[in-house]
Amino acid sequence: MTLPRSLVQLAGPVTLVVAAALVGATVSRSTEIYFINALVMVSIVVALYVFVGNSGVLSFGHISFVAVGAWAAGVLSVPEAEKPAFMPYLFGFLRDTTVGNVPSLVLAGVAGGVFALLVGLPLMRLSGLAAGIATFAVLEITHNVLRYYEKVGPGLNTFSSVPETTDLQQAALGALVVVAVAFAYQRSRFGRQLRAAREDPAAARAVGVSIYRQRLAAFALSGFLAGLAGGLYVHFLPLQIDGVYLDLTFITLAMLVIGGATSLWGAVVGALAVSALDSVLANAETGIEVLGRSFDVPAGTRLVVVSALMALVLIVRPSGLTGGKELTFDSLRRLRARAPSAPKEATE
Amino acid sequence: MNVLVASGLTDFLHDAVEPQVQADAIGLGAVFALMAVGIGLVFGVLRLINFAYGQLIMAGGFALAYASERGWPVVAGIALCVAVVVVLSLAMERVVFRPLRGQSPASMLVATFAVAFLLQSIALIWFGPLGKNAASLVELNQPMSIGSVEVRKIAVVSLVTAAVALALLLLLLNRTSIGLHMRAAALDFPTARLVGVRANAVSAVAVVLAGLLAAIVAVLLTVQFPTVTPTFALNETIIVLAGVVVGGMNRLLPATLGGFAIGYVSGILGGALPTNQSQYLSTFLFLLVIVVLLLRPEGLFTRGGHAVERV
Repeated sequence: MTLPRSLVQLAGPVTLVVAAALVGATVSRSTEIYFINALVMVSIVVALYVFVGNSGVLSFGHISFVAVGAWAAGVLSVPEAEKPAFMPYLFGFLRDTTVGNVPSLVLAGVAGGVFALLVGLPLMRLSGLAAGIATFAVLEITHNVLRYYEKVGPGLNTFSSVPETTDLQQAALGALVVVAVAFAYQRSRFGRQLRAAREDPAAARAVGVSIYRQRLAAFALSGFLAGLAGGLYVHFLPLQIDGVYLDLTFITLAMLVIGGATSLWGAVVGALAVSALDSVLANAETGIEVLGRSFDVPAGTRLVVVSALMALVLIVRPSGLTGGKELTFDSLRRLRARAPSAPKEATE
Repeated sequence: MNVLVASGLTDFLHDAVEPQVQADAIGLGAVFALMAVGIGLVFGVLRLINFAYGQLIMAGGFALAYASERGWPVVAGIALCVAVVVVLSLAMERVVFRPLRGQSPASMLVATFAVAFLLQSIALIWFGPLGKNAASLVELNQPMSIGSVEVRKIAVVSLVTAAVALALLLLLLNRTSIGLHMRAAALDFPTARLVGVRANAVSAVAVVLAGLLAAIVAVLLTVQFPTVTPTFALNETIIVLAGVVVGGMNRLLPATLGGFAIGYVSGILGGALPTNQSQYLSTFLFLLVIVVLLLRPEGLFTRGGHAVERV
């Protein structure tokens, strides 16, 4: 494979992220929120993809790395004077330290990555259902501890007065960084070894791939990216512990599965498509005017539609909207060939 | 420090052997064992972990609440609960499980995750976040005395109900031809089909049986937690799923024992942890789950064999 060809695979996701950001820049402030949210979701879903997509092992635990990242960035960037108001029991060094925007994001990533590495050391020995349940256990433990251990954060309180530095530009830059890292990883020899192990564990072992080590590396890297995304998230809206628990786990898994879990392109498409749908429905819940008639759907319709869609995709098209494939020249060409009159013979 | 830990441990053990704590823990274990059987039956035949099992129980809970708010007799409420849960189970089997047959366990698990959220958000729209009250059986929460010991009636009722239900299930599995078909399907589905086991019938029966158990669990749980909300039984389901995998997914008995064990342990932790630590109950519980999974990934109560990479 020549370099330009492989770059198409990066160009697809990058173009989508940039396009979302550009469209977001032209709309009103109240609509812009949805675009920022969608871009943060891209970061989280791509972080999840780095592990789940490349290894083929399901993880219900990644939102705990998002939560740890959010906690790290949030606690460290609230102005010192305002910490006692909603975090009165903090450890001394957390109470007395406040860092800027970028350092807080880096620290969020490091916190998520280190946590994922520590968790992964034992857990990556498991596979299949045991692995799925064990990552779920990690989510439960993290949620439980962050909810009640008030020395490391606000506990049940909401993260108020975190500087809201995740604007459209930062959300887009963050998503681009995460996408670029994910791309670099899956093109690296580590990424390729892990993908080989996903396709055929026995054959990969036979040619000397240590599945445990490759999974651990991917887990730690995706923990780092998830932590970073958590940092972006807490700088975007006042987060509360239940905002980084089951619902977010579900919605990000849904995005990944709907888009196509085995490709970066699928992760980005899924995150943006579901976010778009979600935003339209969220608007509809507060009343929306289409063609002069006003519609009003009951609150909670979003989750109904998204979960029905996810079940439908899994039944009808288990490999997701993109078929779990990267965007390539060939697929673009095929799309163009199909477009004019769509003769069946022309598409192989 | 050591003295402190030792005295904490002594207190814990002292509280843990209290008859009331033991009775509650056994009662909870019995309820969780019923849920484990429901999940294990479906897994045995369909190789599918039903994350949406808790939402079946939730639906049953709302049926009970509907009946109790209208002052229906208890029996009518239970009948409505059973009807709702069984119909919903069959619909789930037909619309979701059947088309998914043969896919990887992971994607089936994600699909049932989606169904769970679907049902939960429908319940949220329908009944609101505060939920409804199912109060027709709350008097079972009262204590009764056995000899010199006071235990809550529901603990005894749970244990007896679970024992009877499991005995009936064993009879069905071991003494009827559909039971034989189900056991064959659980051992080796493709071969069972080759020798004439009807796949759709077997999976429908498994799902209906699991649904009946879910209805029973709904009745037992509403006694202890009469407020039925859209997230009713969600936490319990997560814990039982962990218990089932810890016990051993591939056979019904280890899965049931796993469900009972995790219910018992969480009952003991809930009753005997000092108050300043009881909020960390799920941390202790899930740490234990991880440890056991690492030591015995193929299942705590299974014998021989070794884990095979299925995903």
